[in-house]
Amino acid sequence: MPIAIGLEGSANKLGVGIILHPASTPPSPHDSVHSSSSSQTKPTSPPVHILSNIRHTFVSPPGTGFLPKDTATHHRRWVVRLVKEAMKQANVRIEDIDCVCYTKGPGMGAPLNAVAIAARTITQLWDLALVGVNHCVGHIEMGRAITGADNPVVLYVSGGNTQVIAYSAQRYRIFGEALDIAVGNCLDRFARVLNISNDPAPGYNIEQLAKGGKCLLELPYAVKGMDVSFSGILARVEEMGRKLPQPGTTEPVEPWVDPDTGAAITSADLCFTLQETVFAMLVEITERAMAHVGASQVLIVGGVGCNERLQDMMGLMAKERGGSVYATDERFCIDNGIMIAHAGLLAWGKGFKTSLEDSGTTQRFRTDEVLIDWRD
Amino acid sequence: MAADPLPTSHALPSPFSTSTTPLTLIAQGAEALLYHTTFLSPTTPCALKIRPAKPWRHPTLDKRLTRQRILAEARVLVKCLREGVAVPAVLGLDWETGWMAMQWIDGGSVKEAVRGRDVSVNGADGVLKGLMRRIGRAVGGLHAAGVVHGDLTTSNMMLRPIAGETADRLRGEIVLIDFGLATQTVQEEDRAVDLYVLERAFGSTHPREEGTFPEVLEGYREVFKGAKGTLRRLEEVRMRGRKKSMVG
Repeated sequence: MPIAIGLEGSANKLGVGIILHPASTPPSPHDSVHSSSSSQTKPTSPPVHILSNIRHTFVSPPGTGFLPKDTATHHRRWVVRLVKEAMKQANVRIEDIDCVCYTKGPGMGAPLNAVAIAARTITQLWDLALVGVNHCVGHIEMGRAITGADNPVVLYVSGGNTQVIAYSAQRYRIFGEALDIAVGNCLDRFARVLNISNDPAPGYNIEQLAKGGKCLLELPYAVKGMDVSFSGILARVEEMGRKLPQPGTTEPVEPWVDPDTGAAITSADLCFTLQETVFAMLVEITERAMAHVGASQVLIVGGVGCNERLQDMMGLMAKERGGSVYATDERFCIDNGIMIAHAGLLAWGKGFKTSLEDSGTTQRFRTDEVLIDWRD
Repeated sequence: MAADPLPTSHALPSPFSTSTTPLTLIAQGAEALLYHTTFLSPTTPCALKIRPAKPWRHPTLDKRLTRQRILAEARVLVKCLREGVAVPAVLGLDWETGWMAMQWIDGGSVKEAVRGRDVSVNGADGVLKGLMRRIGRAVGGLHAAGVVHGDLTTSNMMLRPIAGETADRLRGEIVLIDFGLATQTVQEEDRAVDLYVLERAFGSTHPREEGTFPEVLEGYREVFKGAKGTLRRLEEVRMRGRKKSMVG
């Protein structure tokens, strides 16, 4: 029964996971193009066994973002500890493991390399095969495994990526994407303007703040066909953020109020406005893709997928179309090692291996570059 | 338009809720529903585009978007007509409830005509090439008017039968429809992308006729003065594809 250890560190989260794939997995019904009738039945393939899945996040102070150099330092500092802990929790021996999987890309250069070095070291120490994994494919495959979603349209949203993906002929094809910055990046950078804490994640804190927001201000809405653009929205919302009265300074002559209620505009209102706008854009391009391919199910993966407001909006849209939304919790939404182990083990099962010579990393790695030969 | 669910009994906006003419649904997209019915008089056929409210969006945002999009589409259609580009006329609209009534265009789509053409007839290839030229001229006229369609496909082009002529499906007048993604722009990049979208859509919908696409670009060149620059830009767009990654 194949077991893999996976290492992830493309951004500020360092994750190590150990997964077991039960042997002789029958072909899953949700891999066949003709399985529309079985969308209501439970998948007959046995679930994956997560033996351990631990993570440590590098959190930068409020008002700042995480820089590649510091992030890489963090990963180097924590990786040995996490690997040892993961092995202990999984209760496996080195001999039981079949391969070491690591994130080849996309992501930030220095952190990716720090983790790749750890992976290469482990494979040589333990004499195991090495498997380089595409970070986006890791998210998608983990989402499918955890939720059992049939053939959904996937919305992959995080700090580094924003893509609408549909599977076709052994590729995860990108139907729509952000043309400039990812939605998570937009949210994270806005958090800095408001000095929102980065612990546990800026997006999480924006979500909580937004729950207290009521006034929807006007932000540019940039949907271009199947694609979206966030840099204009970010510029505008940052401008709004700077308009808010700063603690300890004198009030401006004309206080900024909601024209309907007269109440002062708060940071909660800005968070609310930003979320409602960018999430509506994401749901819209997802709907377009669904109409285009004739799908009714949506799977949301990536860190921003943890956001409950986004999940609710997507769920409402999917329901209108007679479908449903699938999402995972923070163990799998947020970058983690287990998704790398899972996707890596799927590839390894088909004979895929990464030689030491090829075991570099790459900041640009398109989701559709990977041959998904474990699906038909 | 495959596999879209039926609209969950959308209450028809007035005046259509009390119309005596039945409304026939002809298309459903993610954005809007398209009906065939009459407008103002029982003898005036129209294409009615309804943009239903999206309950998953914040209502303020939803109303704002619906209004902006209906008005933008209507303005583009009016501009096209003023510049002599063959598009449906705008008969009426209501941006509050979200509908726009347009002139009904007789005939079928170019997609149907090309798919259903008789290849055995003598000179069939010549007729097809003639159609491609006319498509190119229509798009050239559109771009010359400063408008980019945004979703050029053979489903978005109608072949209106010319009065008095025999019903030859490939010889009608080309009328462009569905301007929901259109923009009024003067950017060369946008024009090139417009052509690229058409090229890709044509190739995937009509693979056997893909070789005749250069005729479209010929027709385009005939009509539009800025064609040279746009076609050069098209070459660049072709080579680009999607090679972006956005770690910020």
